[in-house]
Amino acid sequence: MNGVRPGVWQRLRRDQRAIVGGGVLLLLILVLIVGPYMYRVSPTSLDLALVGAPPSWQHWLGTDENGRDVLSRLLHGGRVSLAVGGLAVAFALLLGGSLGAMAGFRPGPLDTVLMRATDAMLSMPTIFVVITALAFFGSTLGALVLTIGGTAWMGLARLVRGELLSIREHAYIEAARTLGQSGWALFARHMLPQLTPTILVGVTVGVGTAILTESALSYLGIGVQPPAASWGNMLSTAQSYFTAYPHLVILPGAMIFLTVVSVNVLGDALRDAADPREPG
Amino acid sequence: MARYFARRLLHALTTLFLVCTATFAIIHAAPGGPSVLADPKLTATERQAIERRLGIDRPLGEQYARWIGSVARGDLGNSFLYQVPNVQAIRERLPGTLLLAGTALLAAIVIALTLGTYCAARPGSVADHAVTVLASAAMAIPAFWLAMVLILLFAVTWGVLPAGGNITVGGTGSLGDRLAHLILPVTVLSAALTAELLRYARSSTRSALLQPFVRVAQAKGVSKTRLRRRHALRNALIPVVTLIGLQLPRLVGGAAVTETVFSWPGMGRLGVEAALSRDYPLVLAITLVISAAVAVVTLLVDIIYVWLDPRIRLART
Repeated sequence: MNGVRPGVWQRLRRDQRAIVGGGVLLLLILVLIVGPYMYRVSPTSLDLALVGAPPSWQHWLGTDENGRDVLSRLLHGGRVSLAVGGLAVAFALLLGGSLGAMAGFRPGPLDTVLMRATDAMLSMPTIFVVITALAFFGSTLGALVLTIGGTAWMGLARLVRGELLSIREHAYIEAARTLGQSGWALFARHMLPQLTPTILVGVTVGVGTAILTESALSYLGIGVQPPAASWGNMLSTAQSYFTAYPHLVILPGAMIFLTVVSVNVLGDALRDAADPREPG
Repeated sequence: MARYFARRLLHALTTLFLVCTATFAIIHAAPGGPSVLADPKLTATERQAIERRLGIDRPLGEQYARWIGSVARGDLGNSFLYQVPNVQAIRERLPGTLLLAGTALLAAIVIALTLGTYCAARPGSVADHAVTVLASAAMAIPAFWLAMVLILLFAVTWGVLPAGGNITVGGTGSLGDRLAHLILPVTVLSAALTAELLRYARSSTRSALLQPFVRVAQAKGVSKTRLRRRHALRNALIPVVTLIGLQLPRLVGGAAVTETVFSWPGMGRLGVEAALSRDYPLVLAITLVISAAVAVVTLLVDIIYVWLDPRIRLART
């Protein structure tokens, strides 16, 4: 990173948390991408003769309460959970980033209106709004991404606005203005690069939260719909059988946990690298 | 001073008004409308009569004015699903949520401040590392999964705690019985909140302990315990207080999931059931009640702030 905040990437590369968190996350994504091509067992085909079977050569992690292959469901479900989480945050960034940028770029009436609207959204328990919207539109993957992202942009909007308000006070911005730069060019060339670390931190934290939200919605039966698997809905169906087959509860939960922990650890490292003033 | 509070109050009222307007917009944008109108056997005249009775044949502006007026009078409309006033449905379930969320919040604050200031005084120690790792774990565990594992362990395998509900059915309803029912849901609901508060309490106490005034106090012979209590805790409280205001909607959202897993009779579960069955008026009434609670707490937070940090008082009057 060049500009007034040098050393973000250097600090990040020296941070063990970034290496461990980022490494685990990359490995996970790689396994989820490649895994289904290597392990070619259907995640949805039922084998009622093999209900709750222990691990075998045919089914590496055994089968679930309907005789479906657990490993295959974990792999396919993980793709869905991660994709929904990632896309939801991308949508939240699009919304929150642009609203925050509009509010912070030029303080005034627009800023006030946008921030009051953000406060109002923040004061609402969004889970009910999301469930209602999904109950109406149906729980397609697109609707999940839009509703989760559409109720997760407020933090990002505030973050971007706050950062912009401080950036615009810098002398080099004034210099650029004096040289005749304004509007989009000023924003894109001189402000956006400074915003990047802040946005990265916000996005990383957001991904963890979005994955948890998706899993909670799927658990309530309103998220990813069966027979398609997601880590959340695997838990939902496993709940009724968890005394008989505890591994059906343990495995998907552990995958969500591992993913969110590594995302959060990476986020912490990013935060400290972007803002080294905070004591450790 | 008075101007500062007037501004905060105006702020809270604006937020509430916006939420009111948003809920009105959603009710009217939501297709389907009242379920009584879904009956295909209704004739056109009957349909009109119902519309007139419900007031939905009036112009939108008039309906909006009526909605704001009735909200101001404490009338939040009627539930499609339960056929009772929303206020009544909420009043029955509110105490359950207040008990659960209140206990969880209290537990989170006490644990977070105690451990946070303790760790901040010993950075890099084994205890500090252990607490930090535990906090990261608590923030990444899906609440409903933690609930399932705890039920599996404590209720099913060891049989020491009840698996759900707020009282043993057919039991005496003694205080001990009620407390036993609270332990698991409170643990689940407070886990992530405790972790988040703890991280902030630790880092703000850490910054405070590095300030020159602390070294001066130390040099003057102030004891370690007194230093932590008088000087560090006050500074640790500031971000914690802010965070409580911000976390309240999430606490209630978490309560919705926790209450569902533990079959706890609260407003959160009521909201989930209402949302799943598209009972828009009830969902929006609950949303409004929670937003109002958040607005009141935010106002309280602003007041506590001034008491905690005199700089705010000086800067904003």
